[in-house]
Amino acid sequence: MALDRSDVTNIADLARLAIAEDNIGQYQEELSSILALVEQMNAVNTDDVQPLAHPADAVQRLRADVVSEENQREKYMANAPAQENGLFLVPKVVE
Amino acid sequence: MALHNLTLTQISKGLEAGDFTSVEITQHFLDRIEQLDKGDNGLNSFITVTPEQALADAKAADERRAAGDASTWTGVPFAHKDIFCTDGTLTTCGSKMLGNFVPPYDATVVANMKAQGAVCLGKTNMDEFAMGSSNESSFFGPVKNPWNHETIPGGSSGGSAAAVAARLVPAATGTDTGGSIRQPSALCGLTGLKPTYGRCSRWGMIAYASSLDQAGPMARTAEDAAMMLNVMASFDEKDSTSIEQDVPDYTATLNNELAGKVIGLPKEFFPESLDGEMKQAVMNAIAEFEKLGCTVKEISLPSTDLAIPAYYVVAPAECSANLSRMDGVRFGYRCDDPKDVEDLYKRSRGEGFGDEVKRRIMIGTYALSTGFYDAYYVKAQKIRRLIKNDFVKAFEDVDFIMGPVTPTPAFKAGEKSGDPVEMYMEDKFTLSCNLAGLPGMSIPAGLINGLPVGLQIMGDYWREADMLNAAHKFQQVTDFHNAAPQGIE
Repeated sequence: MALDRSDVTNIADLARLAIAEDNIGQYQEELSSILALVEQMNAVNTDDVQPLAHPADAVQRLRADVVSEENQREKYMANAPAQENGLFLVPKVVE
Repeated sequence: MALHNLTLTQISKGLEAGDFTSVEITQHFLDRIEQLDKGDNGLNSFITVTPEQALADAKAADERRAAGDASTWTGVPFAHKDIFCTDGTLTTCGSKMLGNFVPPYDATVVANMKAQGAVCLGKTNMDEFAMGSSNESSFFGPVKNPWNHETIPGGSSGGSAAAVAARLVPAATGTDTGGSIRQPSALCGLTGLKPTYGRCSRWGMIAYASSLDQAGPMARTAEDAAMMLNVMASFDEKDSTSIEQDVPDYTATLNNELAGKVIGLPKEFFPESLDGEMKQAVMNAIAEFEKLGCTVKEISLPSTDLAIPAYYVVAPAECSANLSRMDGVRFGYRCDDPKDVEDLYKRSRGEGFGDEVKRRIMIGTYALSTGFYDAYYVKAQKIRRLIKNDFVKAFEDVDFIMGPVTPTPAFKAGEKSGDPVEMYMEDKFTLSCNLAGLPGMSIPAGLINGLPVGLQIMGDYWREADMLNAAHKFQQVTDFHNAAPQGIE
């Protein structure tokens, strides 16, 4: 499927990716050619085929509902781009 | 023999015999990295080198040995692909996004190797977030192929491949989502193995496509790969897709006889368009297996051509979800002066991710969006089932499936980086293994125009020991794995 410019800006918006106005045309071309490649799948009828989510068809293991992590707050916070009083700082969300 | 020409196994034995100490051999490899990896003419195979930590670990390993508490791996140097989280050591995944990320914990594979006293020399370069087949998408610059500096080393584990080929380390870890261990191993003349999905823990291994990603060894010989898989593999409660299956001693069965084993050659891996010299190299290697008592049978894997389209839905879809955690809030890159939260997310991600990563996130986002989910993601999962069924049927009659790893030897840097779809074609022989979750490996099969090419060996689920056995027997009667790039001897 060939994408138009508004498809590209819509996808970038959904993905929370800022892309430059000048690059939209290039994305449009590249993403369309990838989708054309992907659509070769349509040549095969898969009506009666079960989708495969895990190669071994395994299901998620369950574990006991117990505390498994120790508190390492300071260590984890060390990577935060901005913080105050042990909290992540972001621009104001609620006016 | 110069220390750097010793294999992993020989280094392990040399340490045990007291021929050298861990501190000595660690320093020797650190010096080589300093000489051959840095500067304009350097390979750029490492993103981070950790000499102080390595020498401290080597000293501790020597003390452990003196105390009589050494294992095969104690004091043995190696490197990790920069996708594995290492407690206290920068882990970038080849991205500006994680250019300042210091993980607060070790990946399970890292912890496994640490527990044995192995000595990590640093973190190797890679395509950004493991997306690429040429190592040209790394934020930290491309890696050169030691066989010819004008060509690419393959990707995404291109730094690991170049470092091992140039004898900067005797072995390195890699990860393989669509060929990222096997393709660079082939293009740099190494022995690399992608295990069965669920064999090595994915915990702490930065996720690209979670239903496909698998860690594995990259080394010079099958014997070394076996030694490495022995410690990399484990069942792990912390990885919900890890499979509870005993880890055999992969080195114990390397010398088993191959007589009577059946090799399947899928006709789809030998299309009319396959390069003549590549076909010849692969068939010459197969002839060696026949001399070892194997028989050859033509088989068909009819859904092979669907692997590329299915992969380029499944992998981008899963990556778009996995990479949503990179939001500029809790860790990683944050843009300057965001005006609101939306702007913070969008610009941090837009500035922090490179082009190929953005393309794959966008393809994945589109494929998972309302109205398109069934047409793309579910369809691709159905194709995965067909691909798996092909293999299940084939393995009823054969022990191994063999063919080329790549369509050609290493191509020139810049040759394919302008056309994503052309780059994706590079993976046509490696993707189906990941989609089916099967183990696959690449072993050296000779040179074309002075550049190495690989033979791919695929086995049934959990047959890594048999594959390593076959590769080892092959390497006992051939010399391809001993070839070294010019100037490296």
